[in-house]
Amino acid sequence: MTGFFESIGRSVLSTLEYIGGSVRLFLETSGFVLRGKIRLGLTINQMSFLGVNSLLIVLLTTTFAGMVIALQLAHIAVQYGVGKMVGGSASLAMTRELGPMLTAIVVAGRAGSAVTAEIGSMKVTEQLDALKMLAVSPVGYLVVPRMLALLLMVPILTLFSDISGLIGGSIVANESAGIPYQVFWDSVRRMTMTEDLVKGLFKSIIFGLEVATISCYQGMQTGRGAAGVGKATTGSVVIAMVAVFVTNYVLSLVLFTS
Amino acid sequence: MSEESKNSPMGEREPLRDDAIVVNNLRVAFGPKVILKDVSFTVRRGEVLVLMGLSGTGKSTTLRSIAGLLKPTSGTVLVNGKSIPDMGAKELEKLRQRIGFCFQHGALFDSMTIGDNVAFGLREHTKLPAEEIQRIVAEKLSIVDLEGMEHLYPSQLSGGMQKRASFARTIATDPDIVLYDEPTTGLDPIISRVINELILDLQRRLNATSMVITHDLKGAYLIATKIIMLHEGLPVFFGTPKEFQETDDPYVVQFREGEMEGPIRV
Repeated sequence: MTGFFESIGRSVLSTLEYIGGSVRLFLETSGFVLRGKIRLGLTINQMSFLGVNSLLIVLLTTTFAGMVIALQLAHIAVQYGVGKMVGGSASLAMTRELGPMLTAIVVAGRAGSAVTAEIGSMKVTEQLDALKMLAVSPVGYLVVPRMLALLLMVPILTLFSDISGLIGGSIVANESAGIPYQVFWDSVRRMTMTEDLVKGLFKSIIFGLEVATISCYQGMQTGRGAAGVGKATTGSVVIAMVAVFVTNYVLSLVLFTS
Repeated sequence: MSEESKNSPMGEREPLRDDAIVVNNLRVAFGPKVILKDVSFTVRRGEVLVLMGLSGTGKSTTLRSIAGLLKPTSGTVLVNGKSIPDMGAKELEKLRQRIGFCFQHGALFDSMTIGDNVAFGLREHTKLPAEEIQRIVAEKLSIVDLEGMEHLYPSQLSGGMQKRASFARTIATDPDIVLYDEPTTGLDPIISRVINELILDLQRRLNATSMVITHDLKGAYLIATKIIMLHEGLPVFFGTPKEFQETDDPYVVQFREGEMEGPIRV
């Protein structure tokens, strides 16, 4: 029985330690940004690697997500005589929830894992120590550009997600339920407020920071050897995804129900 | 003073102006595992201190504590009179601009070319024009026999070549204090000699202070001003290379002669 409580206590402590460590890394990174210590060239490289190179997979995922929403909505909506609302409903689902969340999930899987694996392998081969010994902060050199890149690129990717999801949705609504494109896009325009789009993008900024912080922290905390890198990378994706889901719920509660 | 610190060859002492590195009662433990029990020594400016001992006796831990890469459990580490464990990140960064660290496995940045690796410190901390940096990089690479290999990536080099490139990166900024973790292990005898001569050259030319971990006795006798031998986290010998060769201390004798029998159990 004591062992049971001990293991619970240990898990709680290690979770708190993890959260504390991530927050400390985030604050340290913010300190660099606020002092203007930004490496522009490295940040642009990371924007390209983490953002632009994720575009195709993000578009693919969200287009199909938009298509499946339209597929489910269109038939029921037409049956109940509210086919005119399909575009708007799909748009609300995409801009408020699916666009930001799916983008963050894809970025966590593709870019977050790459960040952890790169920083992690630098850690196990003493490259992080080499940076320190060359009087360069690994946070300033590695974390700041990645954090800024994801902070800027995730909302842009989300915007593309919203659009691609709706394009996919409009095609399926038209093909499977006969809803004209004009009707679909009119509904999108009528029912989607700028506020919905802005709030969705705000969520995506938070997700971008979350994925960046977790993936960089996991990399910095990598254990020994190749197994350590593998474990850190898997952990990075899992933790980032769970964090995105939980944060999404909290943010939706605060942003859309108050 | 503890029983262990009484055994320290140098004992506890205040830093003098000429002391580049002062280590007093250094203890490093990871949980229940104690790596360094009680180590004290001083390296004076311009000296080359060679660290010897079996693998796992705390040589690299000593070096990493001096470099500020490890926080000691207790004890003091002073570099140029300043306490390393008490330094803030900014202060430590400033001091490290004058310290070179040659890693055991090279630790070259694998996303950069060899030339960019060697130029890294110069680009970060000097305002030298690109052509001058290029000239220094070419010069440093040529002295470790890697002439014209600026454009290759570390993965395109053999282990020994990576080690030499790492050596070139370490000395590129002509640091005041250089910490070498097995700089010649795995290198052929001729290149090892070149590296040892370069360590001496840095000492003669810039009065650089060096600490070198090595298992190569011949090399140690060549470069060392003093030798310290660690065993199970404690110093068992501290003296000149001549004293090291002449002592009848059973630990040193067994290590020096490579005997299986003796106080060191393997």
